[in-house]
Amino acid sequence: MSSIITFLTGPWATPELISWNFQILVMGFLVCISCALVGTFVSLRRMSLLGDAISHGILPGIVLAYLFTGSLSLFPMWIGAALAGIACGVSIQWLHTKTRLREDAAMGLTFTTFFALGMVLLGLNAENIHLDVACILYGEIGLIPLETDWYLFGKNLGNQAIWSMGFICIFTQLATFFFYKILLVTSFDLSLAKSLGIPVNWVQYGLMFFLALVVVASFESVGVIMVLAMMILPPVSLSFLFTRLPCILWSCIALSIFYSLGGIHLAYAMDFPISASIALTAVFIFLPCCLLGSKGGLLIGLFDLVKKPQIEDCSTK
Amino acid sequence: MNSKLPLPLEIHDLTVAYQKKPVLYGIDLEIQEGSLVGILGPNGAGKSTLIKAVMGMIRPDDGFIKIFGETNRKGITRVGYVPQRENIDWDFPVTAMDVVLMGRIGHTGWFKRFSKRDRIFAAECLDQMNMLPYADRQIGNLSGGQQQRIFLARALAQQSDLYLMDEPFAGVDAVTEQTIVDLLKQLRNQGKTIVVVHHDLSTATDYFDFLALLNFRLIAYGSSGAVFNHDLLQKTYGGKLTVLSEIGEKKMNLNSPESRLFK
Repeated sequence: MSSIITFLTGPWATPELISWNFQILVMGFLVCISCALVGTFVSLRRMSLLGDAISHGILPGIVLAYLFTGSLSLFPMWIGAALAGIACGVSIQWLHTKTRLREDAAMGLTFTTFFALGMVLLGLNAENIHLDVACILYGEIGLIPLETDWYLFGKNLGNQAIWSMGFICIFTQLATFFFYKILLVTSFDLSLAKSLGIPVNWVQYGLMFFLALVVVASFESVGVIMVLAMMILPPVSLSFLFTRLPCILWSCIALSIFYSLGGIHLAYAMDFPISASIALTAVFIFLPCCLLGSKGGLLIGLFDLVKKPQIEDCSTK
Repeated sequence: MNSKLPLPLEIHDLTVAYQKKPVLYGIDLEIQEGSLVGILGPNGAGKSTLIKAVMGMIRPDDGFIKIFGETNRKGITRVGYVPQRENIDWDFPVTAMDVVLMGRIGHTGWFKRFSKRDRIFAAECLDQMNMLPYADRQIGNLSGGQQQRIFLARALAQQSDLYLMDEPFAGVDAVTEQTIVDLLKQLRNQGKTIVVVHHDLSTATDYFDFLALLNFRLIAYGSSGAVFNHDLLQKTYGGKLTVLSEIGEKKMNLNSPESRLFK
């Protein structure tokens, strides 16, 4: 009993802990929402692995941007990463269409090449670079409260990293809201999208751009590997509960609160790394959805088979 | 051809190849407004490829396609396309109503929300296909025939001038088949032009006013009665026709000599 209370109150025991963990919670929440929104469309397009490929492929871009500017600030890194991500996406496409390679092979080839290039660049400049490989790979959201504060007109507005993630989160939400119909149609039926005159290739590039943006913005806190869990797990978990895209998108926001809260509590109680705890929480939420979800959950599926063997046809008069 | 209005669909010298292996060669086809056209041919004859080339999903290696006198990239906005069933992701989180509403995007615009009128119109289209009771079903939870009717309802909602349908009759039940036939005739009577990829020879002359016989090249195009005869079917289907010759023989009595041959 007391362990449950410790589990629930542990991260919020003292005022220092509250202020520290609250920042982590907000950061985790913002990262989860941004990733989930982009991830929903990425997984709907059956591009989950492309997301993985791009999240690894941006490494050389990040390193080059760091080498040129010498700063860890978001904007140059994002430009570098976005360029590398698009180069990665384009070369996958090129290899896939112009050679006999299948798409999965093209992806495996491209993203390992890009990642290796990034590692080599890191190794060559090891003495004047302060990027930690482990940090890029796994992230360290626990150190987010150490980021410098953001001052605007002499006013201290609080943690800079949280502010920039917040802007990206709002930007992603606005884009999702504004381009919703376009994203829906291009993901569902490319031929209809084309016949509506929608520039489908640009939509694809735009989505890749957002993917790069969100991955870069989140890599400091959750790393390029965990970011995929935040992208893919929300839409696949929710697909067992809802049959409409708007429901899934809105629930992503609710789910993000659970992910980041659960992550913090789990990490605090078990002394786990926080980003891994968030991913584990996501898996813990996925399992009951997959088993009990009303839309094709495993157990419900078994029950359905017994109850009604086939879908009744609508025979009309 | 000598009419002032541009033709709904004009294909000239179209050649399409997949990795240097030609699938369609030198296709010339002009379809008049208000025609109900069936495209017939054996498997692998390039029927779907022809439709996909018109939709701009495949780049032709030679020739050009015009839709209402414009390049197919521009004219495509006037085309309603009913894709082949296997090309749809049936697990996608959309309901029947959502799919039909997508057909209204051309009218509401890319960014504006759907108005109440759009919803009412979409509901009417669903109703016409007898699918209104299933409006809130996720599309994967419908039978094959119902799924097909959803996409026809969407085509209706689009209010296009030219319709391209890829095998709408494939794997549907008898009720759906009749619904589709009624819809095709109704659209034709409204002056729309409809091009349908079809593979059932026994129904071809009943369903379509015009037939295009396709096998790598366009064997013939003309009114159903004129084109549907033993010689031309033999040319189209080659050795496979022995089984089908009976149907051809039966229909031969109906045919008239003046068929427009394209070589």
